[in-house]
Amino acid sequence: MWTPVGRGRGHGRALTAWASAAAHRGLLEPRRTPSRGAAATSRTLDRLYSSADRKEKIDMSRFSVENIRNFSIIAHVDHGKSTLADRLLELTGTIDKTKNNKQVLDKLQVERERGITVKAQTASLFYNCEGKQYLLNLIDTPGHVDFSYEVSRSLSACQGVLLVVDANEIDLKNADPARVEKQIEKVFDIPSDECIKISAKLGTNIERVLQAVIERIPPPKVHRKNPLKALVFDSTFDQYRGVIANVALFDGVVSKGDKIMSAHTKKTYEVNEVGVLNPNEQPTHKLYAGQVGYLIAGMKDVTEAQIGDTLYLHKQPVEPLPGFKSAKPMVFAGMYPIDQSEYNNLKSAVEKLTINDSSVTVHRDSSLALGAGWRLGFLGLLHMEVFNQRLEQEYNASVILTTPTVPYKAVLSSAKLIKEYREKEITIINPAQFPDKSKVTEYLEPVILGTIITPDEYTGKVMMLCQARRAVQKNMMYIDQNRVMLKYLFPLNEIVVDFYDSLKSLSSGYASFDYEDAGYQTAELVKMDILLNGNLVEELVTIVHKDKAHSVGKAICERLKDSLPRQLFEIAIQAAIGSKIIARETVKAYRKNVLAKCYGGDITRKMKLLKRQAEGKKKLRKIGNIEVPKDAFIKVLRTQPDK
Amino acid sequence: MALPGARARGWAAAAKIAQRRRHAEGARGPSSRAPLSSRAALYVHWPYCEKRCSYCNFNKYIPRGVEEAAMRSCLVTEAQTLLRLSGVRRVESVFFGGGTPSLASPSTVAAVLEAVDQAAHLPADSEVTLEANPTSTPRARLAAFGAAGVNRLSIGLQSLDDTELQLLGRTHSARDALQTLAEARRLFPGRVSVDLMLGLPAQQVGPWLGQLRTLLGCCDDHLSLYQLTLERGTALFTQVQWGTLPAPDPELAAEMYQEGRAMLREAGFRQYEVSNFARNGALSTHNWTYWQCGQYLGIGPGAHGRFVPQGAGGHTREARIQTLEPDNWMKEVMLFGHGTRRRVPLSQLELLEEVLAMGLRTDVGITHQHWQQFEPQLSLWDVFRASREVKAQLAQGLLLLDHRCVVGGGGLVPGGPGSPDYRSTGPGGKRTDEEGPVGAGCFVPLDSED
Repeated sequence: MWTPVGRGRGHGRALTAWASAAAHRGLLEPRRTPSRGAAATSRTLDRLYSSADRKEKIDMSRFSVENIRNFSIIAHVDHGKSTLADRLLELTGTIDKTKNNKQVLDKLQVERERGITVKAQTASLFYNCEGKQYLLNLIDTPGHVDFSYEVSRSLSACQGVLLVVDANEIDLKNADPARVEKQIEKVFDIPSDECIKISAKLGTNIERVLQAVIERIPPPKVHRKNPLKALVFDSTFDQYRGVIANVALFDGVVSKGDKIMSAHTKKTYEVNEVGVLNPNEQPTHKLYAGQVGYLIAGMKDVTEAQIGDTLYLHKQPVEPLPGFKSAKPMVFAGMYPIDQSEYNNLKSAVEKLTINDSSVTVHRDSSLALGAGWRLGFLGLLHMEVFNQRLEQEYNASVILTTPTVPYKAVLSSAKLIKEYREKEITIINPAQFPDKSKVTEYLEPVILGTIITPDEYTGKVMMLCQARRAVQKNMMYIDQNRVMLKYLFPLNEIVVDFYDSLKSLSSGYASFDYEDAGYQTAELVKMDILLNGNLVEELVTIVHKDKAHSVGKAICERLKDSLPRQLFEIAIQAAIGSKIIARETVKAYRKNVLAKCYGGDITRKMKLLKRQAEGKKKLRKIGNIEVPKDAFIKVLRTQPDK
Repeated sequence: MALPGARARGWAAAAKIAQRRRHAEGARGPSSRAPLSSRAALYVHWPYCEKRCSYCNFNKYIPRGVEEAAMRSCLVTEAQTLLRLSGVRRVESVFFGGGTPSLASPSTVAAVLEAVDQAAHLPADSEVTLEANPTSTPRARLAAFGAAGVNRLSIGLQSLDDTELQLLGRTHSARDALQTLAEARRLFPGRVSVDLMLGLPAQQVGPWLGQLRTLLGCCDDHLSLYQLTLERGTALFTQVQWGTLPAPDPELAAEMYQEGRAMLREAGFRQYEVSNFARNGALSTHNWTYWQCGQYLGIGPGAHGRFVPQGAGGHTREARIQTLEPDNWMKEVMLFGHGTRRRVPLSQLELLEEVLAMGLRTDVGITHQHWQQFEPQLSLWDVFRASREVKAQLAQGLLLLDHRCVVGGGGLVPGGPGSPDYRSTGPGGKRTDEEGPVGAGCFVPLDSED
C-alpha cells in the first residue's frame, strides 16, 4: 500500500507528496533491518542547530507562522518511516545522535515488533536554515488502515506529507529503484525529479529532506489574533496527570489557566499545562496558532478528548473543525479469561488499555461455556490483534479471543420491533439478537474496498481467492511491467478471519493487502444453529451469508467433532438453518478398553483410572445429556491460529 | 521344608475323589455359608518367564536359574503367615498366576496347596487354577500338575495366528496352542479356559472372528477375551510410538468385541463378566471373588491381596501388595514370614467404590443383598435414587436399578436385564430366583484403561 490518505475522508486538503527512492546497496543488509534503501550521493552538511535548552520553558512566541511547517510521513508498513523519523530527530538535535536510536516514536513493544505504528507520536523539531529558525512539527500517524480515522485527523493538522517509498525492499527478489520511480510517477503523478533519494539507515540526504520540507510545504494558514481553535488529534492517559491531549492550533493562543471547552462534550476545563512534544512533553508558556503540542486540562478519561474534537475558549465559541466522528468499531470479538479466577486481573488490564484507547468499545458479556468476559469492538483486525498482544505483553494476561464477527444490520419491517428498538435499522452485534427474516425487509453487511498489489504471476490465484470470498472486482491495473493492483469490494466478514494469511501464503508473501470502509450492502444473511443430538448450543449460534452457510457449518461441525470427547453414546453434530440441517458430523460412541487383563487382583489400578476420569468430568458443561469440555468450545470459538 | 510328596498327594488325591463326585452330581457346587471374613481366595504369583512377551508389563523376571526350593519354601511360608494373619478358615479357590506358573514344578504347586490345606481348610472341591503356557506344558507335565491338585487350567493361547503370536513375542505356535488345549481338555474335562486377545496392531475383524470360530470348535467351557492394552515400557508400546507398528484401532477392537460376544452367545456361552464367558456353569470361582469383592490373599512377588487381618486383631479390610523383586521378596519372607511391602486400609467409601466398580463388570451387577453385606445402613436406593447422573444413565439404558439389583449394560441383549424371562446362574451353578440377580449383556461405562 502506498498511502491510505486522501481517500474519502474529506479533510479537503491538498497534499504535497514526494518520494524518495534509493540505490541498492542495501541488498546485503540483514533481512530484518527496519530501514531500507542505501546512499547514492555524498553526506553533506554538519548539523546546524541543536535544540533549545530543554531545562527552560521555551518561548513559543518566537516561532511565527511563516516559520512553522506541520508535516507527516507516510509509508507502507516496514518501509522505514520510523527510521527516517529517528534520523530527522537526530539531525535536529531533538534526540541524542550517539544513542542507538531505534524508532524513537514507536514506543510500544508491539509497534517495534510488528514494524508498525499503532499510537501516533508527535515531535517538534527546531531547525535553523539559512539564518532562520524553523519549527518543524512532525506529526506521526498510525500506520494502518484500521486507524484511518486517526490518520485523517492527524493529517488535517498538516499542510503536507513526506511519502516514503522503499525502492529496495530487500525481502523481495525483484528490487529495482528505477522501476519504483516509474511506479511513483504512474500511481501518484509525482515526477521522478521531485523524489529525494535517501538512506535513512545511513543518514544520507536527510538534510535535503528537511530543506524540502521548508521549501515545499506551505506554512499553516492560521491567525494568532483569532479566538482559540484547537484540533485534538490524539490523546493519551497519564495515571498522575490525567488525559494528555495532543493538539494543533488552527487559531489563537492557549496558555496555562485558560478556561476551555470541548465542542463535542461541551464540558469546560481549566488548562493546567501546555507544551511541545520533543518527543517527550516539554512545558512551554503558551502555544500559538499553527503550532502543535499538548495540553493537560484535568480531563479524567480519554473519551473526554476524542480525536477530531475541537477545543475553544470557554467564552469564545467557534465553529468546530469539520470531520469529527466518534469511533466506530468494525470488528467484534468476545474476550474471556482462560481461567475465571483471572477475571478481575483481566478486567483491570482491559480498563488500563482502554483508558488510552477510546476507540475500543467494551460490553460485558458472558458465555455459558467460557464464563464471564466482554464483547469488544475494534476499529479493525490489526487493532484487535494489537490490543490482544498488548494485553499479553504489557499485562501478562492470557485470554480466549473468539472468532471475530462484524456488525450486521437489519432493516425492520415489523412495526412492533421498530417500536421496541425505536429505530427501523438496527445493528446486530450479538447473533442472539438476530431478528427473524419474517420481521425484516432486508439484512445489510459491512463492506470494504480492498486493494491488493501482487506480482502478476499470482493474479489468477488471487482472483480465485477473492471470488471465493464473495468479492466483486472493481478495478485492475498494472502498476509496472509485472505488478498488478486489484481492487475488490469485499464483505468485511470475509476478510476478518484468515484472508490475509491465505493471500500471503498463495503469493509466497509478495501480495499486499489494504482496505478502507465502503459502507453496507444488502446481504442474504441467515442464522445458523449448531445442535448436539438435537439440542441447541447457544454459544455457537452464528450469522452467515446464505452462500457460506454450508462451508461454515461444516467447518464448525468438523472442529467440534475433533474436540468433543466421545461419550457413551453416539453424538450427532448438526448445523441447521431453521429446521433444515445443512451439515452433519458424528462422534461415535465411546470406545474404552475395559477388557484389559487384571493382573493378580490388582484392582487398585482400575480404581485410580476411574477416579482420574471422574475428575475430568467436573470441567464439563452439559448440553442435553452431552458433556462438552470447555476446551471444545475454545477450539471452536477462538480465533484460529495461522495455518 | 519337609513338604512333599506324600501329604501333598494326600490332599490332591482326596480332592480328586471329591471332584468326581461333584461332577456326577451335576456341577452344583454348594456355596459356602461360612461368614465372609473367614473365607478367602488365594492368588499365588510365580514371577518367572522364559522370555519377555512384547505386550506384558506384569511383574515378571527372566532368570538365569531359579532356586526353586527356596521359592517354594517362601511361598509356603508366606501362605502360612498370611492365612494366620487373616484368620481365614476356608480357602475357596487358588489361582497360580504369573509370570509363567507352568514353569514351576508340580511339586511346588503341591507344596503350596498342602500348606494351605494345613493352615486353613482347602475343601476338596475348591477351584485350583494354573495358568499354562502352551510350550512349557507337555502332556506329562499337565498330568503332573493335575496330580499335584490343580483342577483347572487357564491356557494363554492369545491368538491362533502365527504372525500375531510372533508379534506378541510368544514362544508357541497356533498348532502348539491347539495341541495343548486338546491335551488339557482330556486331562481336565470341563475345566479348561483359554485367553484370546483382540485389538492387536493391524488386526482385522474378519480374520479375528475366524480365529474365534476355530477356537469355538475345539475349546472347553470357559473363554476370556482380553483387549490389548499398550503398556508403557513394553516393546509393543515402543514400536507403536516409533511408528514401526500401526496403533491398534479402538473402533475395530470394539467391533471384534461386539461380534465376538454375539458369536459366543450363539454358542451358548454366558458372558458373566466383561471379559469372561462360560457355558455349562463353568464360571471361574476365583475371578468371581474379585468381582464380588470377596477377600483374597496374594502371595509371591508383587501379588495383590484384599483382606481383613483378623488374625492380628484387625477389623478393616486392607489392600496389600507384596514386594515386587523376587530376591528381595524371598529375603523378607525369610526374615519376617511374609514379603508384604504395602498395606493400605480401605475406607468404607473406598470399599463401596470397589464393590460398585467390580460388581458392575459382572452380568448380575450388584444385588441389594450383596450390597447389604458391605453397607447395611444405606441401601442402593438411598445412595443412587437422587443422583442425576444415575438417572440419566438409567434413562439411556446404560444402567438398570430395580428391586433386584443395579446392573450396568450398554447394549442390552435379549434375555439380559429388563427382560422378564431372564434367569441367570451364579458361579457354582447356583440358580437364582426372581429376587436374585439378573444378568446384563453389556457393561459398565465407568471403567477406563488408558
